[in-house]
Amino acid sequence: MSERNDITRRRVMKSGAAAAAAAASTPYFFTRAFADGHGYLNAPKGDTVTLGFNVPQSGPYADEGADELRAYELAVEHLNGGGDGGMMSTFSSKALKGNGILGKKVAYVTGDTQTKSDAARASARSMIEKDGAVMITGGSSSGVAVAVQALCQEAGIIFMAGLTHSNDTTGKDKKANGFRHFFNSYMSGAALAPVLAKAYGKERKAYHLTADYNWGYTTEQAVKESTEAMGWETVAAVKTPLTQTDFSSYIAPVLQSGADTLVLNHYGGNMVNSLTNAVQFGLRDKQVNGKDFQIIVPLYSRLMAKGAGANVKGIFGSTNWHWSLQDEGSKAFVKSFGTKYGFPPSQAAHTCYVQTMLYADAAERAGTFNPCGIVEALEGFEFDGMGNGKTLYRAEDHQCFKDVLVVKGKENPTSEFDLLEVVEVTPVDQVTYAPDHPQMAGGNLGTCNSGA
Amino acid sequence: MLGLEKSDFRLLLLVIVLTLFAPFLLNPFPVDSTMAQFNAGYPDLMQRFVIFGIFAIGFNILFGLTGYLSFGHAAFLGAGSYAAIWMMKLLTMNVIPAIVLSIVVAGLFSLAVGFVSLRRSGIYFSILTLAFAQMSYSLAYSVLTPITGGETGLQPKIDDPRILDSVLAVGQQARANLFGLDMSTSHDLIVGGWAFTFNAGYYVAALLMVISFYISIRIFRSPFGLMLRAIKSNQNRLGYTGVSARPYTLAAFVISGMYAGLAGGLMVAMDTQAGAERMFWTASGEVVLMTILGGAGTLIGPVLGAGMIKYMENIVSKINSTVLEGWFAWMPEIIQDVVVAVVYPFVGKGWHLTLGLVFMLVVIFLPGGLMEGFRRISDRFFGGSRKTDNSTGGTTAPTAAE
Repeated sequence: MSERNDITRRRVMKSGAAAAAAAASTPYFFTRAFADGHGYLNAPKGDTVTLGFNVPQSGPYADEGADELRAYELAVEHLNGGGDGGMMSTFSSKALKGNGILGKKVAYVTGDTQTKSDAARASARSMIEKDGAVMITGGSSSGVAVAVQALCQEAGIIFMAGLTHSNDTTGKDKKANGFRHFFNSYMSGAALAPVLAKAYGKERKAYHLTADYNWGYTTEQAVKESTEAMGWETVAAVKTPLTQTDFSSYIAPVLQSGADTLVLNHYGGNMVNSLTNAVQFGLRDKQVNGKDFQIIVPLYSRLMAKGAGANVKGIFGSTNWHWSLQDEGSKAFVKSFGTKYGFPPSQAAHTCYVQTMLYADAAERAGTFNPCGIVEALEGFEFDGMGNGKTLYRAEDHQCFKDVLVVKGKENPTSEFDLLEVVEVTPVDQVTYAPDHPQMAGGNLGTCNSGA
Repeated sequence: MLGLEKSDFRLLLLVIVLTLFAPFLLNPFPVDSTMAQFNAGYPDLMQRFVIFGIFAIGFNILFGLTGYLSFGHAAFLGAGSYAAIWMMKLLTMNVIPAIVLSIVVAGLFSLAVGFVSLRRSGIYFSILTLAFAQMSYSLAYSVLTPITGGETGLQPKIDDPRILDSVLAVGQQARANLFGLDMSTSHDLIVGGWAFTFNAGYYVAALLMVISFYISIRIFRSPFGLMLRAIKSNQNRLGYTGVSARPYTLAAFVISGMYAGLAGGLMVAMDTQAGAERMFWTASGEVVLMTILGGAGTLIGPVLGAGMIKYMENIVSKINSTVLEGWFAWMPEIIQDVVVAVVYPFVGKGWHLTLGLVFMLVVIFLPGGLMEGFRRISDRFFGGSRKTDNSTGGTTAPTAAE
């Protein structure tokens, strides 16, 4: 960088600016939100509407993110009239016509959350500020969901959460612009408890190993409270660091504690490792208090079941949805997903697909992409035919209320996707709670923000 | 001028001009063209450029001058962020108290960490700082959840006390502002097919970066800076001449910690959220990469390195297969499939791979970072006559990186 170089640079910049000024017939300024006169942020111009799919493409949940993205691409295809229409034909609302949303063709942008709040927000902001996305959806962890939800509330964009199970997302961190279709920790606890009581009796001593972060805390609390209400006793609840890979030192004390049931409030790689360790320690062959020792995993996913292999056999847990369900909606979805990709969808894919459809349907019914119109259309919306039976989007906290599946690891899996079997479909009434339930307390939904 | 030599002043002016006109420079392509994918002139990324620029400038004061490689600077960034968000929750959404407190907290924190870590040098120092940072991360993620929000982090909420602010009206959001000027306010200038975005938050952050840069030049040129360089070149000799290096390294450590705190505070001011991930060791590693990529020990190199990494992270990572197919749609289908298949691993989620390749190329062929590349180019075009002329700050210490 010499003196001469500097001068050239300046000269270039000057002449560049002059050229730009000359080329511009009528340069003009405007403030973002009011640009279009519709009074809401990123109102779609032209004949397309842009959705933002913000999923983990790298990091520990990259596999789940990839499946979410497949579901989104499928949903866009169906919304634009391609493919076999999937769940559009079984969805109880018939507002969607397969000609995009409100007649506008659906386009999308993708981003990588890296399962980090900062990266997820950066990616979401670029979708909002650069690509003009009118809705953001996706994610595979509650930390990301809460962070992006808060961002969307602030910016004035609708957020349709992907996989997020912590109570906080629609509890203490709920936001008017955010919606969650996935179930939560409370529902897992409430659905599991009766099944566990039936299978293992009402006099059990439970020992919790809990991943040391928010989701772990809410899940531990939910399972503890529901099982204690049935008569179980909680012997101890031990927090394990999130980065732990060898759980032997945590599992050895379990046997000395006199507990006869181990609850693993772990997800993803944590769960794969802790369950494998527990099984290797021979916990499941032990007899304590005259009962067979049992292990429970509150939140199951197919990818986890795959990772833990044969160790999941016979172990109870809960999931939001499973591809082996035999209702019309699930069958239609599994068929079109399977035709396109060659294997059945995961629960993450299901929830993301449904969220996209619900958003599109709400926009059709509201007749606008204005977030406040969408919020109004989704609040208290009852629907069916999306794979979980009758479902309500509750107005008070923007949480979906629907049946929850209690599953267990299959004894004789027939394929790498056929690892879980549905034990019971817990009806929605059993998992419904008051909006101000102590496990959800402390949040304030606020009011919808359209960015204007 | 401003206590600077002519060449340094020219460099400062260049930085001012670049930051001032960044909205134009970063949006060179018309909005509707396919090349618009490469436009980086939207508020979030512009803010990140200058914020990580500040972070890297500060890191360079420690690493570039004294040679002490800290692997834990993200901890100070995180501490600054938490301080700022708590100010916004408790006191006011005005960014000034938040930024001031973030610098103070990060300074105190780095004083404590530096006091312990600087008892060792070389690899032991790096490991100590890394350990402290990972400890901070774990504390923030798990143990201190009531203070830090743990996994879900902290955001301003409607019900926060905010004792200095008036009560929010129904439907009103808590927004970061500077005496009423909302940080997210943006104006678009439409010139023909181009759109240039001017964002209030960006200019606030840019002003702070220019000030940070100015302070950094002054430190580089001061006797204190000279002493730091002496520590890097031969600490033993310094000891034999009766000078204790510790107070100087500690001062440099604290200064760079305060820069990190400022960056953390600004991150919250621009995007009101603080989470534990920004203290993770990869975040500490990132600033090391930025500094080395741009050129450690040079004045402006770290800023360029920061810009380069953030550009990759935010622009290259968003190129997905659909976008690629769009680009190569003009090719015959078979060739298109092949080209897409070849390019795809390097974009989208593969941006790490591209960054890794660039980093390897820079380290192998340009050990002095991007700044060495610029110097070589200017030498090539303007002859060897300028080789000995250390006219700008950017070239005074290229060997420092080696």
